[in-house]
Amino acid sequence: MVKKLITQDTRMFLTGNEVIAYAANAAEAEFMYGYPITPQNEIMHTWCKLLPKTEAGFLQTEDEISAGFSTIGGILAGKRAFTATAGPGNVIMQDAQSMAEMMRIPFVCAVMQRGGPSTATVIYAQQETRLTCFGGNGEGFRIVYSTAGHQDLYDYMIKAFNTAWKYRFPTFMLADGYQGKMREPVTLYDPASRGIKMVPVEATLGGANGSRPVNHVRNTFNLEEELMEVLDKYQEEFDRISPEIEEYLEYKADDAEVLIIAHGIVARSAMTAVDELRAKGIKAGLFRPITLRPLAVKPLRAAVARAKQVLFTESANGQLAQMVLEKIYGLQTPYSTLFKMGVGVTGDDIVQKVESMVKEPATV
Amino acid sequence: MIEMLEKGPRLAKAQNAEVGASKFCPGCGHGMILKTLAQTIDELELNDKAVFGCDIGCSLLSWNYMNVDTVQTHHGRTTPVIYGVTRANPDLVGIAYMGDGGGLAIGSQHLVNAAVRSENLLIIVANNTNYGMTGGQMSPTTMPGQKTETTPYGRDCDVTGRPAKGAEMVASIADPEKSFVARASVSNLRKLKATFKKALKNVDMGGFSFVEVLSVCPLNWRTNNVQTWDRLKTMEEFFEVKDFVQREGLE
Amino acid sequence: MARTRIVLAGEGGQGVQSIAKILVEAGYEAGKEILYIPNFGVEQRGGVSIAFCQIADEKIGEPRFSKGDIVIMLSDRAIDRCCTYVNENSTVIYDSSVCSKKPECKAKNIISVEANKIANEQLSARVFNIIVLGVLLSATNVLKLSDIKNAMEMALGKKFDAKPELRDLNYKALEMGMGLIEKAGV
Ligand SMILES: Cc1ncc(C[n+]2csc(CCOP(=O)(O)OP(=O)(O)O)c2C)c(N)n1
Ligand code: SF4
Ligand SMILES: [Mg+2]
Repeated sequence: MVKKLITQDTRMFLTGNEVIAYAANAAEAEFMYGYPITPQNEIMHTWCKLLPKTEAGFLQTEDEISAGFSTIGGILAGKRAFTATAGPGNVIMQDAQSMAEMMRIPFVCAVMQRGGPSTATVIYAQQETRLTCFGGNGEGFRIVYSTAGHQDLYDYMIKAFNTAWKYRFPTFMLADGYQGKMREPVTLYDPASRGIKMVPVEATLGGANGSRPVNHVRNTFNLEEELMEVLDKYQEEFDRISPEIEEYLEYKADDAEVLIIAHGIVARSAMTAVDELRAKGIKAGLFRPITLRPLAVKPLRAAVARAKQVLFTESANGQLAQMVLEKIYGLQTPYSTLFKMGVGVTGDDIVQKVESMVKEPATV
Repeated sequence: MIEMLEKGPRLAKAQNAEVGASKFCPGCGHGMILKTLAQTIDELELNDKAVFGCDIGCSLLSWNYMNVDTVQTHHGRTTPVIYGVTRANPDLVGIAYMGDGGGLAIGSQHLVNAAVRSENLLIIVANNTNYGMTGGQMSPTTMPGQKTETTPYGRDCDVTGRPAKGAEMVASIADPEKSFVARASVSNLRKLKATFKKALKNVDMGGFSFVEVLSVCPLNWRTNNVQTWDRLKTMEEFFEVKDFVQREGLE
Repeated sequence: MARTRIVLAGEGGQGVQSIAKILVEAGYEAGKEILYIPNFGVEQRGGVSIAFCQIADEKIGEPRFSKGDIVIMLSDRAIDRCCTYVNENSTVIYDSSVCSKKPECKAKNIISVEANKIANEQLSARVFNIIVLGVLLSATNVLKLSDIKNAMEMALGKKFDAKPELRDLNYKALEMGMGLIEKAGV
């Protein structure tokens, strides 16, 4: 058992990467496998610095391919293991993530997005949204939480472990370079004090000592039909559990004439914009999906249907918008877009855009 | 102190005149290695044949340092990009420049297979015993006991294994009839140049060359000039500086 | 809703991030809402170093803002980089003993200080950034001197204890910096 560092509510002023390391400890994570990459390095640094106190484990691997696969190994051996990565590291970790998807391995990974494609920038972006939701040669049987600040990082990192172990789909906490590197106040707590019980972990490989038949787990199938039978089951299960997992946040969306749809930290800028727009007499509101996989489709459709116009805004070229548009098919609400690839969106950016939409309504 | 060993003369022809000598931290080894490489290219008159590839790591800062066609690749992938080039155009002299992380961690499978297949290129690994660019984590060559961001209490070889010895590893698998494998150090730039000369001649003859250069990272080591020099000397005791494999007929 | 947006920019090595850290730490200890983003890039060395800080009474939304209320520029390159964060509501402060030019931007006011000169001639080159911190403290006027002193003790206390004259030097620098702005009448 690892030693938990946070036993009572503690308000701290931390960087996001530090928060994630503390959250993983609070969730009783026992092992981190990882490879350095900016902007997630300090998750590892913090985890390593705390090791004498937490008595947890750490392995720095030779790259993200092995970070991903050794995380899988740790999980199969019955440890609550996790990893973290970003950008090009997330790209080459798709190999392991894809295996986790096929083999229903409770893989937990924090993704701190940076600019892309390729090495691009080490700073900030929302360009790993599609990759994190649908990477690999599969169908996206993954659960993805998109966070918008330090309290989210703490809450959802803890939650990610339980979601992964309860439903056995790979689970991601999708954040970004700003969240990793910025400092803001956050309240750390012992999950038990919030009624959160950690789902027990168990080993697939080893440790049975005759108490169960041996396990044979695989990811290869001979026949097309054999594969489809398995995937159909996965899909059915994913659809069935989705309502339990879906999360979203509405901000002044009830009577919004212009509904802004944004995720992650851009949604925070949108909240600033909504307040400023309302002060100017423009009825703006926000719909923020917290789970990007699965999306909370029903409330999303309802909010879009109520609005006169929709604005999609992202630090990417519409990666969320694509996913949302598919789910609101058939609705007639016109939309505009404000996309800044790999660049932060500010409240002012959104205010100006919405003002122009009010003057000249969207037609698409 | 280190820089004074060889007073940099004029700019080498193979150096980009528009880029100042230092994009690197003061006292960094990368600048010394690249300058020596540029001088070697001049002296062997390989300016029109040389193609340079740099990794992601502090080596990426050299993306416009050389006055030869250059490609900046992904972390660890410089080796396959450059042997891709020389397979397609064997007349070129391919140089893949990377750090110890790029060469011996994430790019190690490429290094092994390039050596086994005697791919026609020069691989240079600048070994500064840490991940410089990402802020000083442990690398495969981090010395026993060395403090880094991921070994904050010093590298414990019981947990992480022993430091990787790149040149010895490559020497053990390289074809002695086609290869040149050596380890040099930025403490002696004249000798480094002689090493680069043999390495590049061998590539020009169609062979495979690997040079590990013991380098320095004063920023992440948090060392002053004297301490940096001392650390380099300690490294030279641990990592033997010599030519490990030298095909016949190469001088 | 009171929110102060600060952009602090200078050359790597001028200690921009160190004083930003003291400022935000002081704000945090004083019970304010704080959001601080250090700029970081591939070429961390030798580039312009920028700190984006926000101090507010209520929860902060946008992490990055378009225009700062206070924009401090400590080098020519910082001037070039940071005029985009200025509008007619911004107060711009630059160090005319470092910069060779005046910021050409439309601002509420543009104030020149000579922190570098004062540091070199009257105190010590090492406390240049602390003078700037004093400038920032008066210009923002949302934190108390005691808040900053507490945060300085947290950051530098060990050094101060080892060399008590450093404490006096730093506090003097801080107060001289504050005086520069009071003289400018902001
Ligand atoms: C796939 C991938 N993983 C991780 C990184 C982050 N990264 C950039 S440079 C670097 C290590 C650099 O160390 P080294 O190769 O030794 O070069 P140095 O900076 O020390 O010269 C890492 C891990 C990356 N760019 N791409
Ligand atoms: S961090 Fe180290 S390797 Fe990189 S430029 Fe600076 S001294 Fe050189
Ligand atoms: Mg290195």
